Amino acid sequence: MPPLAWHALMAFIVLNAILGLVAYVTLLERKFAARMQSRIGPYYVGRPHGWLQPIADALKLMLKEDVVPTAADRGVYNLAPIVFLVPCILIYATIPFAPDLGVADLNIGVLFFLAVSSLEIVGLFMGGWGSNNKYALLSAMRAVNQIISYDLPFIFAALVPVLLAGSLQMSTIVAAQQGLWFVAYPVFGQLAFVAFVVATLAAENRVPFDILEAESELVAGFRVEYSGMKFALIQLGEYAHMLGTSFLGALLFLGGWLGPGPAWLGPLWFLLKAVLVFLLVTWVRWSFVRIRVDQILAISWKVLLPASILLLFATGLWVATRGAGA
Amino acid sequence: MTPLAMPPVAIGPLAPVLIVLGAAGLVLLLDLLPRPVGRELIATVALAGLVGALLATLARWGKPGRAFQDMLVLDDFALFANVVICYAAALVVMLSIDYLGRNGPETGEYYALVLFSTGGMMLLAAAGDLIVLFLALELMSLSLYVLAGLFKRELAASEASMKYFILGAFATSFLLYGIALIYGATGTTNLDRIAAAAAGRAHDPLLVIGLGLLLVGFGFKISSVPFHMWAPDVYQGAPTSVTALIATGSKAAALAALIRVLVTALRGSQPDWAVLLWVVAAITMTVGNVVAIAQSNLKRLLAYSSIAHVGYMLIGVVAGGSAGPGAVLFYLLTYAFTTAGAFGVLTLCERAQAEAVEVGDYAGLARRHPVLAAALGLFLLSLVGIPPLAGFVGKFYLFAAAVRAGYLWLAVIGVVNSALAAYYYLRVVVFMYMREPEGAGARLVPSFAGGLALAIALIGIVLLGVIPAPFADLAQAAVAPLLR
Amino acid sequence: MTHAAFLVIAALAVASALGLVLRRNAIHGALFLVVNLGSVAALYLTLGAEFLAAVQVIVYAGAIMVLFVFAIMVLIPGKEETGLDPRRGWRLLALPVGALLALQLLLVVRAGVGPVAPAAAVPGGVEAVARLLFTRYLLPFELTSVLLLAAMVGVLLLARRRV
Repeated sequence: MPPLAWHALMAFIVLNAILGLVAYVTLLERKFAARMQSRIGPYYVGRPHGWLQPIADALKLMLKEDVVPTAADRGVYNLAPIVFLVPCILIYATIPFAPDLGVADLNIGVLFFLAVSSLEIVGLFMGGWGSNNKYALLSAMRAVNQIISYDLPFIFAALVPVLLAGSLQMSTIVAAQQGLWFVAYPVFGQLAFVAFVVATLAAENRVPFDILEAESELVAGFRVEYSGMKFALIQLGEYAHMLGTSFLGALLFLGGWLGPGPAWLGPLWFLLKAVLVFLLVTWVRWSFVRIRVDQILAISWKVLLPASILLLFATGLWVATRGAGA
Repeated sequence: MTPLAMPPVAIGPLAPVLIVLGAAGLVLLLDLLPRPVGRELIATVALAGLVGALLATLARWGKPGRAFQDMLVLDDFALFANVVICYAAALVVMLSIDYLGRNGPETGEYYALVLFSTGGMMLLAAAGDLIVLFLALELMSLSLYVLAGLFKRELAASEASMKYFILGAFATSFLLYGIALIYGATGTTNLDRIAAAAAGRAHDPLLVIGLGLLLVGFGFKISSVPFHMWAPDVYQGAPTSVTALIATGSKAAALAALIRVLVTALRGSQPDWAVLLWVVAAITMTVGNVVAIAQSNLKRLLAYSSIAHVGYMLIGVVAGGSAGPGAVLFYLLTYAFTTAGAFGVLTLCERAQAEAVEVGDYAGLARRHPVLAAALGLFLLSLVGIPPLAGFVGKFYLFAAAVRAGYLWLAVIGVVNSALAAYYYLRVVVFMYMREPEGAGARLVPSFAGGLALAIALIGIVLLGVIPAPFADLAQAAVAPLLR
Repeated sequence: MTHAAFLVIAALAVASALGLVLRRNAIHGALFLVVNLGSVAALYLTLGAEFLAAVQVIVYAGAIMVLFVFAIMVLIPGKEETGLDPRRGWRLLALPVGALLALQLLLVVRAGVGPVAPAAAVPGGVEAVARLLFTRYLLPFELTSVLLLAAMVGVLLLARRRV
C-alpha cells in the first residue's frame, strides 16, 4: 500500500475509534460521578446500566432544533464549534497506540500535541464572542486568562519526561520507560506527574478550575447559546481533548503501551492507563469545590509556574550529569 | 545523539557589557531586599557598574577582540563608542539621583532599565552580525520606551511613551524586514560575509531594497528627517534625565551601528547610500534648525536641535573615507557631553514644584544663579559651535571631512545651518542674562551628584575644545579597523 | 504534490492577510490573523522545519493571538474609532505611494532576483535547531533572555498600580 493511503486509512480508523471511545467516555464519567454521589446514573436506555445512553444522546442532539441568536455574529458563531473540534481531534495524530500503530509518529510528537492543543482556545473564544451573550463573553475572557496561565506549566510538566527520555518523539519516550515508568522515576517523575495533572485540570477547565463554565454564575459559559448539533460538536471536542490529554499523560508517565503479556495487548494497556488518568481527573472534578478567578491565576503564576520551571531546571541538571535516556 | 561540542566562549570582548548587565541584575536584587535600601546606594551601584564598564573598555584599548563567531566585534571603533555611551549613561545616572525623587517615583527599576539600555547600546556599537544588532537595538529601545513613560501620572509622559513605543516598533519592523532581505540576497547575517557576498553586485534589487529598509529603521532611531516626528514629543514628555539618555547614548549607539553596517557590510553600495544620505542630511539639518526657532519649550527646542545635529553627523557619514566616520565619532563624544550637560541644567531647575522647561522660566537666571546660567550658556554656545568649545571643533572636523571628500555644497548647507541655529540658542542666553523674570523664575535645586555631573560635562567640553587633537586622532584611528 | 501544497497554503495565507486588512470588524481581523499565522506554520512544515512550525503555532496562534483578541475584546472599539477617518483626504496619498511601490516591485521582478545563495540547508529537526542555538547563535540566544528580562521589568514598572 502506498504510504499516503496507509496514513489516510490509519487516520480514518483512529478518527472513528476516538469518536466511539469519546461517546462512551461520557457514559463512564456519568456512571463514575453517580457512584461517587451514591446514585445509579444512566440506567434505562439499554438496560441494565444504560449501555445505549451515548447513542441516544447523540441522536437526540442531532434531532434538536438548531437555534442561532439573532444578534449573533453568524459567521464566527457557526464556525466556532468546528474550529473548536478540529484541534481536539488533531491531537491524536501523533499519538502512537502501539509501536508503529498511529497516524504519524513525528519526531516532534510532544511539541505537536502541545501546539495543536493550544489552538483549542481559538474556537472557544470564537464561540464566546460570536454568541453575543454576556455570559458567553465573560466565559471566553476567563478562559483566555486561565488557559494562557496554565499553558506554560502544562508544557513544562510535559517536558520533564521529554528530558528524561531525551526525545520529543512519542514512541521513543515510551521505549525509554521500558525499565521504569516515568511516574516511578524518583522525585522528578512524581512531581512532574502532579504538576501535569493539575495543569491538565486547568487546561480542561475542570473543577476546581471550571470558572469559565461555572453554572451558578455563567449558566453554561461560552456554549450557553449553542444547541443541537453544534452543542454536540463542542461537547465532543471537550471530551476528545480530555481523553487525548489522558492518553498523553499515560504515554508520558505511565509507560504507554508497555505492560505484561503479548505485544498485541499493548493498545489495551494503553487504553486502560489513559482511562485511569481520565478517572483520576474525573475524581478530582467530582470531589472538589470551585475556586475563585484570582486564586486560580495566583496558583498558576505564583506557585505552579515557578515550581515547574524549577523542576524542569533540576531535571535538566540531573540529566546533564547522568546522561539522557534514563 | 552526538554530544554537543560547545564552541570556545571568549568572555573578554563581552566584559564591558557583562559588567553593565551584571550591575543591572544587582540593582534589581538590591531593590528586592526586604529592608529597603537607600536609593543613593542603588544609584551608586549603577554608577559603579558604568564606571567599571568604562574602565574595562579603556583596558581593552588597542586590543581588538572578536567573539562568538564574529557576532561581537570589540574593535577600537566599538570601544570609542563604548566610552561615549558609558560617559553619557554615567552622567545620566548622576543627574537622576535627586531629580527623580523630586518629580516622581524613584525606583530601583529605573536604574536597572538605564543599565539594560546602556548594555544594549554597547552591544549595538559592537555588533558584528545583523541578528545581534537587532537584539541590541531592541534591548536599548525597549528599556527606553518604558523609561520615557516613567512619570505615568502625567499625560505627556504617557503620550511620549506610547508614541515612542508604537513608532519605534514600527521602525524596528522596517529594520527587521531590511535584515531579512539582506539575508535573502547574501545568505548570511554576518557583516563581513555580507560584504564579501555583495561584492560586485551592488545593484542586486533585494540588496538595494534591504539597504533602504535598514536606513528607514536607523533613520527612526537617530531621528533623522523624515522619521523625526516622535522626537519632540518624546523629549518633552519623558523625564529629563531619560531625555538626556535618549539624546546622547541611544543616538551614539545607533549612529555607530549605522556607520559599521554601511562602511563594512554595504561598502559596495556606497554610491547608493551616499546620495540618499546626502539628501537626508541636508533636509534633517534644515528642518531641525528651522522648526527649533519657533519653540518656547526648552526640551522641545533641544529636541529639534538634536535632530539638526544628527543632520550634521550624517554629513560625516556621507563623506566616508576614514575622515568622515572619524569626525562623526569625535562629534558624538562632544555632543554627548554638551547635550547631557544642557539637559543636566534642566534637571537642576524647578519652578513652583514643577520642572522648569519654558524658555521664559530662565529669564534672569544669571542674576540669581550665575554659575548655573554660565554653565547652561557654555553648553548652548558649544551647541552653536563657538570656539574654543567642543562643538566648534566637532563641526570643524565634520565640515572639513565633507569638503575634502568633495561634498562642498553639503558643507555649505551645514555652515549656513549653524549660523541659523545660533539664533535660537542665543535667544536662551539672552533670556538668562538680559531679561527680567515674570514672577518667580526657575530656581536651583541643589544636588551634589548633579553638580558633579555638570562639572564633568563642562570640563569635557572645554577640554575637547581646547586640546582636541589627541581625541580626534584617537577617533580617526578607531575607524581604521572598519575600513580594512 | 509539494508544489500544490505550497500553492494552496500560500493562497490561504494571502487570502487571510487580505481578510485581516479589509475587515472592519477588529475581531474578525484578528481571527484572520490566526489563520494567516497558521498557514505560515504550515509553510514551515512543508519546508521541513517542523520545530519552527510547532513553535509558531504555540507562540503566535496559541498565545500571542489570544492575548491580542483579548485586548481587542476588553477595549471593544467605540464608534469614533470605527467611524470615518477625519482625515480622509490623506488617503489619496496612497495612490502615488502605492504606484511607486508597484513600480519598484515591477523593476525588482524584471531585474530578476539575483542568484540567491541559499543558506546551507540544515535539517529543521529539534536537534539541529538546538545545536545551532547553543553554538553558532549562543550570543543572540543569551541576549534574548536579557531582552526578555528587561521587557518584564519594564512591564511591571509600568503596570504597578502605585509606585
